[in-house]
Amino acid sequence: MARLYVRRAGQEKEEALKRDMKMEFSSQSENEGFARVAVGAFIAPLNPTVDELADVKTAVSEAVTNAIIHGYDQNPGKIWITCEIEDDRIELCVIDVGRGIEDVEKAREPLYTTRPELERSGMGFTFMEAFMDEVWVTSAVGQGTRITMRKRIGKE
Amino acid sequence: MKHKFQEDTGYLLIHMPREVDHHTSLQLREEADFLLRRYPVRGIVFDFQETVFMDSSGIGVILGRCRNVSLAGGQALAVHLNEQVKKIFCMSGLQKVISIEA
Repeated sequence: MARLYVRRAGQEKEEALKRDMKMEFSSQSENEGFARVAVGAFIAPLNPTVDELADVKTAVSEAVTNAIIHGYDQNPGKIWITCEIEDDRIELCVIDVGRGIEDVEKAREPLYTTRPELERSGMGFTFMEAFMDEVWVTSAVGQGTRITMRKRIGKE
Repeated sequence: MKHKFQEDTGYLLIHMPREVDHHTSLQLREEADFLLRRYPVRGIVFDFQETVFMDSSGIGVILGRCRNVSLAGGQALAVHLNEQVKKIFCMSGLQKVISIEA
């Protein structure tokens, strides 16, 4: 991670540079690929391994797909992704203002899906949890969902 | 979607897209089901040679097609998986339903 050296009145101070980004895109399935590639490019300066990069991309893909299919019921809407990098840690948020999740605990259960007719596997949250270090879900019915994920890059 | 049906063995070979996500799996499902109706398929092979990415959307598509084929007494096989795709197969339990070959 780049470091900013600030020299002030004779004293040398070292501050870690915090880098962030925010993007907005429409809730169309074509944008799933765009979203994970954009996040991948943003975290590239951390020199993630091939595995780490794939993990983050998969987690982004799962969260964005959830927003499109469940949050907006495949109707037009907006999705936001924010990403912050501080040292070797990334924090990602995927936000929609769709229908929200009634029972977050249930939604996080492996193999649980409300859309079996779409052949959804119910593994979305399971993958996010497996591929990232921490995952929080904040959701309110009728207001939307925010998924926050954290991961340290280069820990192995 | 590139595919090949072998008349003599009854195997349908499906070349999986570069990225298997919700978006590409919609088309994949439609085309695969069309082929399964069109040919007397006795076995299905998913070839991941060109695939660099797959998320959980791919699981449902593969499971669904496997089910169609195995109901008819056929076999399902996945070949040429890279590490990322292999990880998805293992974590989802897909490797219990479908045989994996290098």
